[in-house]
Amino acid sequence: MIGPSVAWVATETSEEWLVALWRLLTLADYNSRVVILGTALLGCAAGVVGSFTLLRKRALVGDAISHAMLPGLGIAFLAATLSGGDGRSLPILLTGATISGLIGAAAILGLRSTWRLSEDAAFGIVLSVFFGAGVALLGVIQSLEAGHAAGLEGFIYGKTASLSWTDLMAIISAAAVALLLCAMYFKELALLCFDQAYAESQGYSKWWLDGLLMSLVVGIAITGMQAVGLILVIALLIIPAAAARFWTHRLSRQVLISAGIGMAGCFGGGMASALLPNLPAGAVIILACAILFLFSLMFGSAQGMVWRAIRRWQWQQIMLRQHLLRAVYEQAETKTSGPEIAGDFEVRIDVADLMISRSWSKPLLERLVDDAQREGLVTRIGSQVALSRSGWVQAKRLTHQHRLWEMYLITHADVALQQVDRLADDIEHVLEPSIIHELEQLVQGRTVEVAKSPHQLPEPS
Amino acid sequence: MGLDGWIWALDGWILVAAVLCAVSCSLLGNFLVLRGTSMLGDAISHAVLPGLAVAFWISGSRSGTGMFVAAAAAAVVTVFLIETLRRSAGVDRGASMGVVFTAMFALGMIMIVQVADHVDLDPNCVLYGSIELTPLDQWEIAGWLIPKAVVTLGVTLLLNGLFVALFYKELLLTTFDSDLADSMGFSSQVIHYGLMTLVAITAVASFESVGSVLVVAMMVVPPASALMMTDRLSGMLAWSAGLAALAAIMGHGSAIVVPSWFGMGSTLTSGMMAVSAGGILIVCGLVGSRRGLITRWVRQRAFAAQVAADDVLGFLFRLEERAKSTVLTTAATTGQEKSESITAQNPATAAQLSTNLGQSLPQCLRVLSGLVRRGEVEPSGAGYCLTSAGRRRAQLLVRSHRLWELYLVEQAQYEIDRIHEKAEAWEHVTDESMRESLDRATSQTALDPHGSQIPPEVERHNQ
Repeated sequence: MIGPSVAWVATETSEEWLVALWRLLTLADYNSRVVILGTALLGCAAGVVGSFTLLRKRALVGDAISHAMLPGLGIAFLAATLSGGDGRSLPILLTGATISGLIGAAAILGLRSTWRLSEDAAFGIVLSVFFGAGVALLGVIQSLEAGHAAGLEGFIYGKTASLSWTDLMAIISAAAVALLLCAMYFKELALLCFDQAYAESQGYSKWWLDGLLMSLVVGIAITGMQAVGLILVIALLIIPAAAARFWTHRLSRQVLISAGIGMAGCFGGGMASALLPNLPAGAVIILACAILFLFSLMFGSAQGMVWRAIRRWQWQQIMLRQHLLRAVYEQAETKTSGPEIAGDFEVRIDVADLMISRSWSKPLLERLVDDAQREGLVTRIGSQVALSRSGWVQAKRLTHQHRLWEMYLITHADVALQQVDRLADDIEHVLEPSIIHELEQLVQGRTVEVAKSPHQLPEPS
Repeated sequence: MGLDGWIWALDGWILVAAVLCAVSCSLLGNFLVLRGTSMLGDAISHAVLPGLAVAFWISGSRSGTGMFVAAAAAAVVTVFLIETLRRSAGVDRGASMGVVFTAMFALGMIMIVQVADHVDLDPNCVLYGSIELTPLDQWEIAGWLIPKAVVTLGVTLLLNGLFVALFYKELLLTTFDSDLADSMGFSSQVIHYGLMTLVAITAVASFESVGSVLVVAMMVVPPASALMMTDRLSGMLAWSAGLAALAAIMGHGSAIVVPSWFGMGSTLTSGMMAVSAGGILIVCGLVGSRRGLITRWVRQRAFAAQVAADDVLGFLFRLEERAKSTVLTTAATTGQEKSESITAQNPATAAQLSTNLGQSLPQCLRVLSGLVRRGEVEPSGAGYCLTSAGRRRAQLLVRSHRLWELYLVEQAQYEIDRIHEKAEAWEHVTDESMRESLDRATSQTALDPHGSQIPPEVERHNQ
């Protein structure tokens, strides 16, 4: 993946550049056609497989397994060379790498089940020990015959920019097999990811399903590694799947979105590396995927940060308004006394009095009053406010909830009187009618319209 | 074979550097493994590339402190990005590592291509030193020529050791119960980020001098091996440090020796160190005192033998009981008052034991000979009976059994026909304090639910 950029056409004028772009978009060039199609297919398959490994909490399994392939490469090379064959014959190397990848996968599962090591520890162990063995083997090979081994390391780092027709064929068949297996065993894999115990109770063997998933990863890694390089394969197995989580919570859609993101990243990255000078294709593809990830992180419809921030802000506004209404109500309560308060919502309160009832700033209070007036909850007359009828109903309910919770904390949770106000502030907004009813029964044994405040004095805070 | 090529001036320093690196990585690695972030070393090893590119761009050279500082900065950024993604965006920990390190690596790759058209782009050359070269780059300190790597790694080890020693309690608490730690007033976040920053610095210091393979291996494998030996954090720290040092030494030796078995030259030390660490893990996994497979198997066998012996003793005790009660009844009817002095020996033959206990005859004979050797059973005529030592042990066993039966009926509302099996299983693991608790929890009657006498606790001074 460190190689040169995809068939970059030196362009002088913007027209030439447009022509180059057009040729690229229509995949007119043989080379860019192979590279972009190959990586996009690989991205698609890796996105699908990655969705399952991510949900199985094994996102980094691709990292571990692809590193675990190195000793197999070395051994295959050594065995072939020492027995007089061609050490660099692709089938032999691939067989060696696949076998050692599978052994690595088995080692991960074995470490998990036999010694109860955590997933990440098993990954770390397999990755480092296997890779260490591979490094040592390569060292031996290099000391054996320096010239011969050259290119073996390049095998690990891939050659995105110069994919051959055979590579493309390999990718197509591997992707087809992986996609087919995922489609055939979709239900079983989904069960494995979400509820392994249930899957086992349904008669599916955990070993067989985990083995299937691991083999899929090995398949993707082996195809991808020699075509596009280790890091790009790891990235394609992780980033699209992680990005898809921001868009949906449904597995079937997640798999499709992940495949789409993988394809789009490879397509866009491949294009960019062909159009811009001096960009290594593999790295650009990873960055393209990372950009798609960032976009999903921000704007994903299910969990995007922006939507979450907006929702949080809206909720905060609701809380602030509720605090305002309660403050007005409690001020009104101190001005009138006793039973005549019911229905007496037209008591006017100075905004200045409200200022001291909470620690809010003047501009914030002004804004809250204005907003509440727009909603028809309060009416403002000069420097005074009064609750409207609907505001009065709401305020009464909120005050009731607040005090009920305070009473509950004092009588049932042994919280000191000085602390209950703040604690109740947090909870009063989310009390449901059924809970209110329960609290009323618990605290007072009867239903009243507005509970008395547990603070002896009318709340000054 | 052998260490013919061993030169102390070179290999000695290589060993020192490797041991320093291994121990400092494994110290912190314990916490990574326990916190589920074992792959951090690997992630950092890839993610420092942009830092290196920036340093290269500024200084135009591939060595020096600038490189180190930039790489460490990139490592710290990586760690923070991973944590932020995990905490704020709820991305799975492994996935957030994967996203961050691959993206950083790609970014670094592109930056390097831009700043230097033809730097050797193999990351193994740009950012990873080779442990074989450590003795060549030396500093003169107080008249001594000491390899630079040994100095940096020594400082790193000192730093890590101090951190672990000073914040041991905090690390322990935040690792195992971060909520409790928070509620006790020291922030698990601060400790966590402190640890992660130190991991980043350690990783970079080690890459530069000894290469990345070793770092990734030493952060995970020795701590995992230590987990096979102990469950205590302090023990784990000690074991992992020792095993890491051993792996380093074995690795360097085997890098020279092993290839010669196949008639080849020596190989890369760091790779062999990782392999040695793996070998040590396998050994610990087999014979480790805590989770070793063979250890567990031996322990199971020992327990099975204990259960078999317990069963024989219990059976003999119940035989005696029965005989005693017959004698007592006779004594009562004949008006004798010597019930205290009555001993009712009632030997049982091996065949009798075997049929009653469901053990095969050879197995039964083996158990009996073991008991005879320990002086708990003695041959008597054609059969065997209890010695006084055996009687004491059997009495406690039967007491445990009957207390459990009583407890299960009285406190756990078990049906009377289901209690025997449970009591049979638990009598072997019930000690004195538990018997006391059981006695206290049940109505202190002298009879178990089946109507048998619950024998008293054996007085200590009798033993």
